[in-house]
Amino acid sequence: MSLRRGRRRPGERVIEALLVVAAAVSVATTVGIVVALVEPTVEFFAEVGVVEFLTGDRWTPTLDPRSYGVLPLLTSTIISTFIAVAIAIPLGLGSAIYLAEYASGRTRKALKPLLEILAGIPTVVYGFFALFALNSVLRSIWPGTDQPDFQNILVASIVMGIMIVPTVASLSEDAMTAVPESLRAGAYALASSKMQVAVRVVLPAAVSGIVASFVLGLSRAIGETMIVTIAGGLSSDHIELNPLRAAATMTAFIANIGQGDVPVDSLDYRSIFAVGSLLFGFTFALNALSIRLVRRFREVYE
Amino acid sequence: MNRNALSRPVAAGALLTALALATPAALAGCGGDGGTAGGLAGSVLVDGSSTVAPLSKAAADIYREEQPKVNITVGTSGTGGGFEKFCKGETDVSNASRQIKDSEKAACAAANITYTELVVANDALTVVVNKANTWSECLTTAQLKKVWDQGSKVRSWKEVDPSFPDQRLDLFGPGTDSGTFDFFTAAINGKEDRSRADYTASENDNVLVQGVAGSTGGLGYFGFTYFEENADKLKAVKVDGGGGCVAPSVAAAQDGSYRPLSRPLYIYVSNQAMASKPQVRSFVEFYAGHIDEIVEETRYVPLTAAQKADLGAALDKAKG
Amino acid sequence: MTAPPAVLAAPAPSDPGAALTRRRVRVGETLFRLALLSCLVVAFAFLVWIVAFAIYRGWDRLDARLWENMPTGRVSRIEGAGVQSAITGTLWVIGTTALICLPIGILAAIYLEEYANNERWYNRLLELNIQNLAGVPSIIFGILGLGVIARAMGLGFTVLTASLILALLVLPIVIIATREAIRAVPQSIRQASYALGATRWQTISRQVLPIAVPGIATGSILALSRAIGEAAPLIMLGAVTYITFNPNGLDSAYTVLPVQIFSLVIEAQAGFQRLGAAAIVLLLGLLLLMNSLAIVVRNRFQKRW
Repeated sequence: MSLRRGRRRPGERVIEALLVVAAAVSVATTVGIVVALVEPTVEFFAEVGVVEFLTGDRWTPTLDPRSYGVLPLLTSTIISTFIAVAIAIPLGLGSAIYLAEYASGRTRKALKPLLEILAGIPTVVYGFFALFALNSVLRSIWPGTDQPDFQNILVASIVMGIMIVPTVASLSEDAMTAVPESLRAGAYALASSKMQVAVRVVLPAAVSGIVASFVLGLSRAIGETMIVTIAGGLSSDHIELNPLRAAATMTAFIANIGQGDVPVDSLDYRSIFAVGSLLFGFTFALNALSIRLVRRFREVYE
Repeated sequence: MNRNALSRPVAAGALLTALALATPAALAGCGGDGGTAGGLAGSVLVDGSSTVAPLSKAAADIYREEQPKVNITVGTSGTGGGFEKFCKGETDVSNASRQIKDSEKAACAAANITYTELVVANDALTVVVNKANTWSECLTTAQLKKVWDQGSKVRSWKEVDPSFPDQRLDLFGPGTDSGTFDFFTAAINGKEDRSRADYTASENDNVLVQGVAGSTGGLGYFGFTYFEENADKLKAVKVDGGGGCVAPSVAAAQDGSYRPLSRPLYIYVSNQAMASKPQVRSFVEFYAGHIDEIVEETRYVPLTAAQKADLGAALDKAKG
Repeated sequence: MTAPPAVLAAPAPSDPGAALTRRRVRVGETLFRLALLSCLVVAFAFLVWIVAFAIYRGWDRLDARLWENMPTGRVSRIEGAGVQSAITGTLWVIGTTALICLPIGILAAIYLEEYANNERWYNRLLELNIQNLAGVPSIIFGILGLGVIARAMGLGFTVLTASLILALLVLPIVIIATREAIRAVPQSIRQASYALGATRWQTISRQVLPIAVPGIATGSILALSRAIGEAAPLIMLGAVTYITFNPNGLDSAYTVLPVQIFSLVIEAQAGFQRLGAAAIVLLLGLLLLMNSLAIVVRNRFQKRW
């Protein structure tokens, strides 16, 4: 512990204070978000019961008869996130392992930046791509008569997954590259194959970075707005479990009302804040869980 | 590692930062201003409905030729969003595809903002079907209501009229929060926001175009411009509002025969802004004075003679 | 990248059983390698498809008009229109965003990794907070921007407001990636530095950070790439979709390419849509440029221990 502290100069205190302030910016952001959300949310719940909100299965704030049950939005969010992550994690991790362990230095240097371009493609572009290009293909090759809808959760989720691949791949690859060569050399010396080295030596050593990338990817999927707004659909009058149908996620709903013609000082508009608060709380709970998970991984492996 | 360890990364970081800083500075000089006629300067802030925005954008574009130093920006926060900003004094002109509502009037009053309501164009809401649809040349408002009404379970064209084929009905329309939706439901179903929920909804009218064009039994509705631009892919349905089948067209919307799906488009101008910012006043006068040219540039439906007279009168009142 | 030393590759062939095992292992190895490669292939296939899709749609508008000319509001002038105001707006906003979020993000990450005692509750809360912010939907940052930054703080609808919102949006990415990069620096480096009598800040600034630069660069690339393509929060703030002048200061009105693209693509006239598609290709090109710059930085300094 004393080694950690090192010598202290007066300038060090100033620097330390600066660093704390920097970290505190994130706190200020959260406080700001809470402040922006709290008052309209409270106003909303003054008119709509919390129980009705959380357990109702029909969300039609701008359609008669009005109903404010958020379950349709919640289930669509969960389904789309699940599909996106199911695509992003295998593809991302696979790409990362290949780049870190199999590809030559030159190949890696060439391919990694290309992969990162995938991360930078604007979400509106992804959205229109999903809607016009991917969905036409999907609808034409889909076997059977139950074709995907013109807008549907599946196509939006697939594209979301692809968008997240670089996040998972890049950070995992960085983590794996940082694993000391000595670990690998030791394993090879024991006649391990490349696959064994990659899976049994490098992955565990890099697990903290890899899991962090998964969590970041997951967060990104939950919070993605434009892709689901453009390609996922707007329907929210019933709980839709079939990803081939159009359905609105929580973020798609907020985006739509946000651009809309609804008068701002109305219950309909304030529903955005209620959904926003739910989303915020939901991701908070999810993250608390995942941090605990990451910490447990680290304890085991480091 | 010695003293120079940090120098290269720091240099790299400094380079990137310098570039980030230099770019805006270098581009600060770039800014078109023709600078011939027109001595007015300053900003005019317009925001609101995305349906009315093309009109304001065209107006700004043409106005720019006369007054190049006036900086006009047009935003698309939606009719409701536009009013929110307008009634906080954040914008000078608000585009609206519907009239201002009571709650919004109250907000403006609370901020001591008075306004002038001007009708600038008309929009003929068009009902469209697939090009292969040979059976429904004309639909009555009663038939439309049967299809679109709340709780409607109509899934086949045959249910709309027994003489129609048994083709699956695919419905497309704007989102339930849009002004177009509000207008259509009020006009056809009798009450705003009263509609069935199981249709493909999108705020992007191009999506609706593609949807109807791609489904043999497709039926949708949106603004006239979107039909006009895609007349090769779609068919417009004649609407019988009690006076016979009328096809949507500029003429029909103007002379009022295209009922009930013809709606006026508004701009709301802040009286305070007109008084304190000469460029706003100049712009609005220009807008009204050149309204025909502007509407033609956007392919919307021009004002009737009566509406034009009203426009002139309202503007005079605001100036006086 | 070391390959397994050939000398120690496999045990000497002694019996048929070993030979069979070796073959099985080799098949398994090859399959594994193929599986991994196919992951990359799928990702790249999509990249190619998306770029091809954008280029195909905007091909005939990919020329100097795009950046030389301002947007138009008139259908009759579509062919002469460009997106200059959106390009300069994007550069202004991204430049300012980088200036805000990179220093703050890197400093915050340094605090969390090198200074903060993990056992303290407030530091754990800080970690949780940052992790949470990484997943907050961009549109909620739009709500934050509208209510707090534009109105309560009185910054209005300007370049600075947009940059602040985007900076806060991508800050968690910078922090998380930087933390990972710092964490990957071997402890032996730090210990050696302390043993030589360096202070904590000297150790960090002169030993740890230089080594962590590649990882920090990765995080910055990911963060700014995200920011450059974000439309949702700015649309929530109030998208300006017609502006015919370039920003002239941090307090200027503005628009950015993603917002402009969004509004162009949903217009009725095909001419506007094609302009939007060309603008997409331009944006992707800008992205490529930005990425390449940061890659140069990263490749110069990447180390393997």
